[in-house]
Amino acid sequence: MRYAIVLFAALLLSACGSQPPAPEQNPAGVEDRTPHAATQPVPEAQPFDAFSIAGLKDPRSILSKRSVYFDYDAYVIKDEFRPLVEAHAKFLVSNPGFKVLIQGNADERGSREYNLALGQKRADAVKKALLLLGAHEDQIESVSLGKEKPVCTESTEECWAKNRRSDILHSAAHEF
Amino acid sequence: MKLRHLLGFLAVVATAAHAQLTVEITGAGANRMPIAIADFAGERIVSQALTSVVRADLERSGLFTLVDAAGQAQTDTAAVNFGDWKARGADALVVGSVGTAADGRYESRFRLYDIQKQASLGGQGFVHTTGQLRATAHRIADFVYEKLTGEPGIFATRIAYVVKSTGRFELQIADADGGNAQTALASREPIISPTWSPDGTKLAYVSFEAKKPVVYVHDLASGRRHVAANFKGSNSAPAWSPDGKRLAVVLTKDGNSQLYLLNADGSGVTRIATSAGIDTEPQFSPDGQAIYFTSDRGGSPQIYRIPAVGGEAQRITFEGNYNVTPRPSPDGKSLAYISRNSGRFQLTLMDLASKQTQILTDSAKDESPSFAPNGRMIIYATEIGNRGVLAAVSSDGRVKQRLSVQAADVREPSWGPLIK
Repeated sequence: MRYAIVLFAALLLSACGSQPPAPEQNPAGVEDRTPHAATQPVPEAQPFDAFSIAGLKDPRSILSKRSVYFDYDAYVIKDEFRPLVEAHAKFLVSNPGFKVLIQGNADERGSREYNLALGQKRADAVKKALLLLGAHEDQIESVSLGKEKPVCTESTEECWAKNRRSDILHSAAHEF
Repeated sequence: MKLRHLLGFLAVVATAAHAQLTVEITGAGANRMPIAIADFAGERIVSQALTSVVRADLERSGLFTLVDAAGQAQTDTAAVNFGDWKARGADALVVGSVGTAADGRYESRFRLYDIQKQASLGGQGFVHTTGQLRATAHRIADFVYEKLTGEPGIFATRIAYVVKSTGRFELQIADADGGNAQTALASREPIISPTWSPDGTKLAYVSFEAKKPVVYVHDLASGRRHVAANFKGSNSAPAWSPDGKRLAVVLTKDGNSQLYLLNADGSGVTRIATSAGIDTEPQFSPDGQAIYFTSDRGGSPQIYRIPAVGGEAQRITFEGNYNVTPRPSPDGKSLAYISRNSGRFQLTLMDLASKQTQILTDSAKDESPSFAPNGRMIIYATEIGNRGVLAAVSSDGRVKQRLSVQAADVREPSWGPLIK
């Protein structure tokens, strides 16, 4: 549970449907929409610092995105995920008291233990990028969930693509 | 007394119904020996509970056909009418009796006969409780199997496996026929890679309850467990050394997934091998001298062998571009593993001397093979109709069984050692 504390606006993320839900998300907490939502006044835009701690929870911040997706049998961070990784690196540099747990995942094809090692490579790829961008070794633990925690369970390429993923989970250092 | 026996029997039935793992025979050997298991003399209901398990064990092995012997209750001491059994087509015959011992427990005695030679091949007696009825039957079947095939029987051994139902993972242990299932550990997080200690008292496994893979060693009698490996990063793929003192594991504490040795209590970590890629799925050779493992050091996952003390790795598999999960046979002469063939993951057996390989299944999602301790059968996980099931196949590919649990996925089988 240590890492589940600062888990961003997962509710809003799943509501907009652009990202698969994180494995730690409690499905019971997803329902965020009320019948009157559309009639409520739109809150006035507040200025915010995208790289502050508040940014972790703010859906407008890039920090609220925390999944990096990979091609089949690949561990290279694709260009489209560079800004996301850079944002998390910047956050860690600005907030040395924070740590991240990076969980790598694999699709269902093949051996469980070999997939665990593949997931580790995906987690390590994100870890290495964060280190190169100035985060400290002590702030990062990269682990693998292999194919054991799929967010999608069908045997389709679309589903597999959602499972080939690294998730960045933040936690304040005092929670370790 | 009679009522107590009856209640005891009902308790056995209830246990069997609760144990959800069911076995289905889907293939049998070419030359099966006809054998008759006569009903044992004594209380009919207890005798039938016993002999039905003996018959099912021997039939499931795929090496025997059962000659109908119903209604022929015969004690182990009565004279055998060899001509009659020969006329029925039996080559072997088991007769026996179930009585009550002085202390109120059951006493089951049996004798095995060679019908052709008209000779006794020996017999045994067991004093047991109702709860030990199945175990006694498995031991009788083991005796018969060993006398007639020359190999140790594995009916009294146990298997460990993981059952996944909605939001729940259970590490279970059952008799080799799926009966008498018990849960060693229940968790909301995945459990993988269970493996028996060589003395059958412990299981090592990987649990994700700490949001990352951690290796535990679990003592089955006490239910107590301890962390064997929980380093920074991932900890996985435990494999016992044949003397039960050490574990080979995969750690990522120094970067990539790499092979390490440690004592079963978690102390004394040493690195076995160093590669730039993935090294995983270590498995000791039966003599403890070598470790088989999976590595992508050559560009695709292949199986390698390295001296257990460290040294130069030798590549074992060359066909195809995906060969994983090596499991040497108990005699060390062959290697079971999973190969990918046109996108299908299939259980494969290699003769290590000739390097000849044989695909043993026609399924597509085989995983986690584990040899029976006599080397005759290999249990593995596969998928049928989108559901995880366990299957077993003889090392010649002829005998096939399927073990499934209703409304749940079964996976990660590990066959336990011979019961001494």
